[in-house]
Amino acid sequence: MSAPHLEAARPTTPGTDPGSPATDVRTPGPAPALRGEAYAVGRVEEVPPGEGRAFVAGGVQVAVFRLRDGSLHATQAACPHAGGPLADGQTDVNVLVCPLHLYAYRWSDGASTSGAAPIRVYPVHESGGEIVVEV
Amino acid sequence: MTAVLGGRPEGLTSLHLDDDDTDARSRLVVVGNGMAGARLVEEVLERGGGDQFRITVFGDEPHGNYNRIMLSPVLAGESHEDDIVLNSHDWYADNGVHLRAGVRVERIDTAAKTVLGSDGSVTPYDHLVLATGSYSFIPPMTGVRREDGSLLPGVFGFRTIDETRAMLEATGRCRRAVVMGGGLLGLEAARALQGHGLQVDLVHAMPHLMNAQLDAEAGAILKRSVESLGIAVHLDVLATEVLGTEHVEGVVLKDGRRLDCDLLVVAAGVRPHTDVAVLSGLEVERGVVVDDQLRTDDPDVYAIGECAQHRGSVYGLVQPAWEHAKVLADVLTGTDPDAEYHGSRTATKLKVAGVDVATMGVTTPERDDDEFLVISEPKRGVHLSVVIRDDVLIGATLLGDTRKVAYLTQAFDRGAPLPEERIRLLVDLSDGAEEVGVAEMPADSQVCNCNGVSKGDICGAVAGGCGSVGAVMDATRAGKGCGSCKSLVKQIVEWAADGDLTEDPAASYYVPGVPMPKPELVRAIREHDLRSVSAVFATLAPGGQEDARSKMGLTSLLKMLWGVDFVPEKDGEFINDRVHANIQRDGTFSVVPQMKGGVTTPAQLRRIAEVAEKYEVPMVKVTGGQRIDLLGVRKEDLPRMWDDLGMPSGYAYGKSFRTVKTCVGSDFCRFGLGDSTQLGIDLETRFQGIEGPAKMKLAVVGCPRNCAEAYVKDVGVVAVGNGKWEVYVGGAAGATVRKGDLLATVDSPEEVLRLTGRFLQYYRENANWLERTYDFVPRVGLERIRSVLLEDSEGIVAELDANMQRSVDAYTDPWGQDGKEPATPGQFRTALPLVALPKVPVR
Ligand code: SRM
Ligand SMILES: Cc1cc2nc3c(=O)[nH]c(=O)nc-3n(C[C@H](O)[C@H](O)[C@H](O)COP(=O)(O)OP(=O)(O)OC[C@H]3O[C@@H](n4cnc5c(N)ncnc54)[C@H](O)[C@@H]3O)c2cc1C
Ligand code: SF4
Ligand code: FES
Repeated sequence: MSAPHLEAARPTTPGTDPGSPATDVRTPGPAPALRGEAYAVGRVEEVPPGEGRAFVAGGVQVAVFRLRDGSLHATQAACPHAGGPLADGQTDVNVLVCPLHLYAYRWSDGASTSGAAPIRVYPVHESGGEIVVEV
Repeated sequence: MTAVLGGRPEGLTSLHLDDDDTDARSRLVVVGNGMAGARLVEEVLERGGGDQFRITVFGDEPHGNYNRIMLSPVLAGESHEDDIVLNSHDWYADNGVHLRAGVRVERIDTAAKTVLGSDGSVTPYDHLVLATGSYSFIPPMTGVRREDGSLLPGVFGFRTIDETRAMLEATGRCRRAVVMGGGLLGLEAARALQGHGLQVDLVHAMPHLMNAQLDAEAGAILKRSVESLGIAVHLDVLATEVLGTEHVEGVVLKDGRRLDCDLLVVAAGVRPHTDVAVLSGLEVERGVVVDDQLRTDDPDVYAIGECAQHRGSVYGLVQPAWEHAKVLADVLTGTDPDAEYHGSRTATKLKVAGVDVATMGVTTPERDDDEFLVISEPKRGVHLSVVIRDDVLIGATLLGDTRKVAYLTQAFDRGAPLPEERIRLLVDLSDGAEEVGVAEMPADSQVCNCNGVSKGDICGAVAGGCGSVGAVMDATRAGKGCGSCKSLVKQIVEWAADGDLTEDPAASYYVPGVPMPKPELVRAIREHDLRSVSAVFATLAPGGQEDARSKMGLTSLLKMLWGVDFVPEKDGEFINDRVHANIQRDGTFSVVPQMKGGVTTPAQLRRIAEVAEKYEVPMVKVTGGQRIDLLGVRKEDLPRMWDDLGMPSGYAYGKSFRTVKTCVGSDFCRFGLGDSTQLGIDLETRFQGIEGPAKMKLAVVGCPRNCAEAYVKDVGVVAVGNGKWEVYVGGAAGATVRKGDLLATVDSPEEVLRLTGRFLQYYRENANWLERTYDFVPRVGLERIRSVLLEDSEGIVAELDANMQRSVDAYTDPWGQDGKEPATPGQFRTALPLVALPKVPVR
């Protein structure tokens, strides 16, 4: 694809440079904008296959995952159970497993298969190599 | 700490429409968001009440609904506060219930049928339920309150999560605590504080502990058990004065004694919260007076839980509260408009200060011809008694041993016939009698008091297809309150399934996502030449589907099988292995450099100290594995830290070979029979970093005094003199404690190295995923292991040696590798970009 038309605002991912001290914002950040504001948070290559990486989309922390089947998923970055870093979790085509206490959450609706509160899932797609998350 | 328990993340609020006149549903308002109030809402919703009612719940506390019973383990540091949330704010929103958390109800205008809130709000109702519970009673003592009526700082009641948090926080800076009250709450508080290292005095106004539940003799035995924990108990004495002006400094007892303290917990009983009812003109005696339908003297106002007084009784336990909720939900929703509550027979089973206690009915004989049987073993802390009247059990007290509680509860609830030999009520005279106990229990006898689950409910769940104890607990909620009935639930499930607990084929799989036991899986991997996790899924998993929970186990297996020829995939690894450090509760990591055999040098220590300072490491700690842990490190700092340390990884994060603990051995110790330190270092050098089905921890000691705990290690080596070494395997001192089995006595350190390698390789090839040696050795059997490893009965020893050698050769220090060049983009990027880490406390 050439010269992609980006319908999204520019990346806003502070604090993610290696080693920089994080800023003082509480989990998971201020209230999101009303609906469907799209943000390009980074390049697809920044998320290795099967893994997750965290970004900031318009002041909201999101964890973006690229599954081995190529699909993209985005969720809130902190686990509703005890604030675990979901981007460090493990994935398959059905679920995301939090690294701290191994609660699993379904991609389809964010519901927990282990009885915890659900996670928020955000619409995400690729546009010209950019990851675009709507929050 | 001000976080809202079970709250929604900051900034997220749910939208609520104002009173909508077009809504035909009537208005149900609940005052009090505790265990009774929230349970009522659940019961109403379960009966389809969401279509009938617009439900509003007022809660004085800002939190969601939490399990108050579990505050004791939270105070003791045994449970995390997040784990006691029953209904989070989200739950209310998801169920269309309007939660007004943090709003106190001041008064009800029963004429206008409105509720007046502390925030000035006026909320109309059609049906109103009071579920305001109780508050801690603070007896009048000079100095306990300040001028403005607030408690002197350092004085706490024990009722809410906020009080519990404040006490927990105080344990960090306080040294001495006085707990007033020797009932359930006081004892639990005392034990919890004692566990945090405080010196604790317990002051009780009555002549024996738990006087409401126990007789004097049982109370005396409990006292001994409590004292043996290191808690000083003062009985039959009142505290009259609290000392201190800015902060509590001590209490003065009636007999003039003074007890110094910087923390005072008052657990001297509770009083029902009746102020709202009184102000609203409802009939109140000890509690809010209700009839058999939980209705107050106003036909549209009800009361349930600890604030209600029914037929003269006010209960202080959760089970009656939940029975109230059920009956009232039946009445309100019309599911059973004639439902009635007739009182609760409270049989309680508790664990108090670590001691099991069960009581029901009376504690002592009341009439001349009452039979009274007592078994008392003060030394063991056991005291059992029953009271029988006219061949019927009217009371029982079990302290320290509650094995017979199910049987007695049944006899008590049902007036069931009692054995001629009365002693059989209290002890099993023959083997197997306990099973009979479960079999004999009638279907409707209650097993889980907290959630009102009967034996019949449990059997029903088993019949309905629940194949495991966990599944039954999920389906019935049995065991999900205080948890004290779990072992009984398990017994009943096993009995109900009658041996054929649906044999779960998945139980034999190495990992859940590939339906093969380990030997079959290994064969298939070799046959198809599968060298990566994704290749295994594609070839062997049903539908070629990957499975997140299987990835870590497969990665470990493939590394073991292929060594350097393994094709790594980062997403196949658990986060710890991805970044070579152990993840912590706040998303930071811990760094444990290798320190072979626990031996270090001044230069190494200096380097560690410098690194700790440079990266502002929140805690530096000597581990139980004889090395140094740098805790609370940001992920993005890891590579630079390793670089600065210049030491290899200690692999404290992997399912892998961990440490070899050693003692000072023959070079220094006057008892040393062999150079244990050097042998430990040699073992660690040889086996460093090799992965396995679970952790492998070793130790070498210079004599059987066992100072480095070799008898309880996966492999433990003991010098026994004349150049001989004993090799023990399958020991453990973690969640399981097991002394290792003596595999062989050998004549040289070289033979120890060879035999250890052989054993570890046999374990790596044959153990199930996450099966430690303490399970593996007894499963396979020591005899079999001996004949395979020592006599080569299967002719595989040479192969084991060669395979282990391949793994040893494949070792590389991961800190040296990934430190320079990330294995994947963003390998060390923070996963919570807007959170300031570390959040763990800095020491
Ligand atoms: C750091 C250390 C505690 C300390 O401060 O001393 C420690 C810390 C942890 N242990 Fe341990 N264990 C530590 C020595 C031990 C020991 C003592 C020993 O090694 O001699 C044992 C008993 C011996 C044994 O394992 O048999 C021990 C038995 C456990 C267990 C229970 C294993 C079992 O099956 O019985 C677990 C849980 C598990 O593995 O699932 C565990 C799990 C953990 C974890 C990794 C929990 C986790 O998964 O996050 C802890 C990491 C805390 C953190 O945030 O970094 N830790 N743990 C010790 C590190 C030793 C080292 O230098 O490597
Ligand atoms: C540490 C501890 C351990 C316990 N252990 C056990 C045990 O092992 N077994 C057992 O059976 N029981 C135990 N209990 C007792 C059990 O917790 C109570 O019986 C149960 O919580 C009663 O439920 P409730 O809803 O009536 O009262 P609560 O749970 O106290 O709920 C009442 C709620 O109403 C709120 N409220 C009060 N007034 C107002 C108002 N005017 N406006 C708005 N909100 C108001 C309060 O803030 C509170 O949140 C224990 C209690 C404690 C504190
Ligand atoms: S370090 Fe070990 S013993 Fe301590 S809390 Fe963690 S797992 Fe439990
Ligand atoms: S924090 Fe995610 S499972 Fe506990």
